[in-house]
Amino acid sequence: MQRDTLESAPDAAADWPDQIYGLLKQHGIRQVALVPDAGHARLIRRCLADNDMQVVTLTTEEEGIAMLFGAWLGGEKGVLLMQSSGVGNCINMLSVPIAHRTPCPMIVTMRGEFGEFNPFQVPMGNATGAVLEAMGTLVKRADTPEDVAPTVDATLRLAFNTFRPTATLIGQRVIGAKTFGK
Amino acid sequence: MSLDAIELAKSGRLERRSVVRALLAERGDMLAIGGLGAPAWDITAAGDGPLNLPLWGGMGGAAMMGLGLALAQPSRRVLVITGDGEMLMGIGSLATIATKQPRNLSVVVLDNEHYGETGMQETATHHGVDLAGMARAAGITDSRRVDRPDEVLALRDAIRGGAGPLFAQVKIDDASLPLVLPPREAAILQARMREAILGPAAHLQ
Repeated sequence: MQRDTLESAPDAAADWPDQIYGLLKQHGIRQVALVPDAGHARLIRRCLADNDMQVVTLTTEEEGIAMLFGAWLGGEKGVLLMQSSGVGNCINMLSVPIAHRTPCPMIVTMRGEFGEFNPFQVPMGNATGAVLEAMGTLVKRADTPEDVAPTVDATLRLAFNTFRPTATLIGQRVIGAKTFGK
Repeated sequence: MSLDAIELAKSGRLERRSVVRALLAERGDMLAIGGLGAPAWDITAAGDGPLNLPLWGGMGGAAMMGLGLALAQPSRRVLVITGDGEMLMGIGSLATIATKQPRNLSVVVLDNEHYGETGMQETATHHGVDLAGMARAAGITDSRRVDRPDEVLALRDAIRGGAGPLFAQVKIDDASLPLVLPPREAAILQARMREAILGPAAHLQ
């Protein structure tokens, strides 16, 4: 069995990760908090290569919610990158940007939906949008490669213009197109 | 700051509010985050103002908020003062902070070995868990345990020295002190700190 059966990753020709990176630059993002996901691997490489970005690899995703709040206190914009399972680790910490009315944009690569191989990814993958919305987050989905950039742009704008947690969920159809049917 | 300003309780352990007053006295433009519970009341008792961010929630997040703030404001000292229960909930953040080595960040844990806001149940430190040892092992080289007034003064100097990251586990008396509450509207708490750092432009970002 090949590793890409287990971990959905974008096709090498897909350019939406580069478009997300371009949007992070355009919006002046300086702090990138993340727990890695194969779907974000290329975007993470771009951010790591950028000396104007502080990339912080977290031990658990809720650390990123707290870190983005600290960044905003100090006048810097940040973004949290994670996979859908990580959203479950963030639930109570989302009270911080809600109560303080501060921006908290999240870009989530989905697991546990189209063509999922691992049963453990399904419960949180199935609940990601509902859980975020239950915690007051504005959630938008991108289910085609063309939708990714405009949806991430909207997520960043909504966060920084209206001071709240926001999320783009990038569907597994976008991320793992090569692994369908296995 | 004289040694007399730092009090010992009858237990022989440090009195928490005198420790916090000492750490924050003549602070200049140092920013302080007070972790959920008694540490938030302690920084408020020492004098509330825009350079203080007392937390009413987000348990486990104080140290990481300090990291985000320290990275955003590298020329300012950032001091996180939190409790043992709050730190234990976000203990992984010691590893995260160590990987970034922010020179301007100090994390001080007021360790009374109990969950003070919920009925004084014992925390892991009551059973010997060595937070300073965990921080040192994570890679925060200057990680110290503080038991005595002279060590509080040394900690105060080290925080101001800016050769961080710095971690301190301050063993304190476990008495519950009268509440000294900060504003509860968290939008005000963040906006006043942002304005203190960024000026009026904070509200136009």
